[in-house]
Amino acid sequence: MIDVRNIDKSFGGKPVLKNVSLQVHESETLAIIGRSGSGKSVLMKHLIGLLRPDSGHVLIDGTDINKIDYDELQEVRRQFGVLFQGGALFDSLDSFENVAFPLRTFTSMTDDAIKKEVEECLMMVNLPDVGSKYPAELSGGMRKRVALARAVSLRPRYILYDEPTSGLDPETSNTINELITALAEQLSVTSIVVTHDMHSVLDVADRAALVHGGTIHWSGTIQDLHLCEDRVVCNFVRASEYQIGMSLSESQQ
Amino acid sequence: MTGTKTCPVHSARLQIQLVCDPTAGNYLQNPSTAFAKKFMPELITRVLQPAEALGRFVLLMAKAFGSIGEFRLYWKNIVDQMVKIGIDSIPIVALAALFSGAVTTVQTAYQLVSPFIPKSVIGAVVVPSVILELGAVVTGFLLAGRVGARIAAELGTMRVTEQIDALEAMGLNSIGYLIVPRVVAGVLMFPVLYATACFVGVAGGAFVGSLTGAVPIGEFIDGAREFFKPFDPIFGLIKSFVFGFAITAISCYKGYFTEGGAEGVGRATTQAAVTSCVYILIADLVLAAALL
Repeated sequence: MIDVRNIDKSFGGKPVLKNVSLQVHESETLAIIGRSGSGKSVLMKHLIGLLRPDSGHVLIDGTDINKIDYDELQEVRRQFGVLFQGGALFDSLDSFENVAFPLRTFTSMTDDAIKKEVEECLMMVNLPDVGSKYPAELSGGMRKRVALARAVSLRPRYILYDEPTSGLDPETSNTINELITALAEQLSVTSIVVTHDMHSVLDVADRAALVHGGTIHWSGTIQDLHLCEDRVVCNFVRASEYQIGMSLSESQQ
Repeated sequence: MTGTKTCPVHSARLQIQLVCDPTAGNYLQNPSTAFAKKFMPELITRVLQPAEALGRFVLLMAKAFGSIGEFRLYWKNIVDQMVKIGIDSIPIVALAALFSGAVTTVQTAYQLVSPFIPKSVIGAVVVPSVILELGAVVTGFLLAGRVGARIAAELGTMRVTEQIDALEAMGLNSIGYLIVPRVVAGVLMFPVLYATACFVGVAGGAFVGSLTGAVPIGEFIDGAREFFKPFDPIFGLIKSFVFGFAITAISCYKGYFTEGGAEGVGRATTQAAVTSCVYILIADLVLAAALL
């Protein structure tokens, strides 16, 4: 379980997170939503210790990751798979080696076992034939799917998705959303999806938390989200629905 | 009307300044205090910046070499970097050394035109010049551009595309994984490049001296032997170790802490090359003063 307690974070004196608390339960998919620049990604980076809070605690299975030494933190991080916004694939390695990287680094698996595992991971993201391609030769959506294959290669307990569908066409976005749902079911992982794409939220999440003004302004289930009458939540959801409606009417025209 | 005239433009500007910045009027009351209040914090920041940078650099290197125990993760990278930093640099280093040795020979011959000076003196001047100075410094400058810029651009791009965050998020020590192989490869391969530069530089000097008729090869070698000091190549090797460390460590530091997208990568790359060159010059002088 991930338990964020009262964290504050400022950059250059400007507060980005203010007294943020959040719980993520086992095997659920939580969407962290909010406007661009609201601090969603900053919050996500606190969950794996890439950023340290000015005050407050981040507990992973009861361990405060800001009170343990670097080696212990690395151990905790190995329970996570992270899909970064741009994929963050290693340019110098082909897709196969990118997916194999965590296996070669952290396990003593034989080359044959690694090959089998990588092929399985690439199959999981429906890209069985891209092993020899370098990241520069892949489209944005394919890069994210290979990055997702890399993120799950060590069978993590938690997967963090940072804007998984941003910059992708609707069809590819749907593919990514389906993958997130399928992985959550197949691997029984706890997933945290940072996004401002309401399509994605409705497709994959069990719960949502809205970051607004540096705080968790609202959190609840997806059913609650539809019924919520809070002005900020309504504005965010309606703006997304408006965008979806505009896109539909444009396509109909 | 009083005896003093106020420039209307200046007066208007002052009024605007007072409206926009209520403290602006302090300049009129106590200019020195107001100046100190406004500019001292920035001045202190600027003065402390190099100290902060030095502190960050030392901490980075300490963290990098503190993780040397995880050598099994790095050794393949070290071999890879030794090829990229060392072997791939041999052609350009050899070319630069060839011309440096040749030009030094031709110019020394030009300066020593006298029937009273034996031609072997040309060898006695050129060879120590190459071994003591040119071999190490020319190689250092070349590699500050070729290797330093490449390292900073590579790590800078990894930083801005979140590849370094990805390494950390996997549970890998990114500092050790990225920096140790590059610095170790630099320290190991620079002496090899220095030795190559010395060999090619001396050979080039002797060959061009003979080709231009400035000095026959035999006399060139005799002169070099007569004034050869065994400490000279040792001193050159010490320099090459230091330059190797300086270039790779500075470039890793600049690249690892890159901020600000493509522009930041460009800035880090330029700073890596320029700073490395400056530190080569400083280290050159310090080592010469300390060891010769």
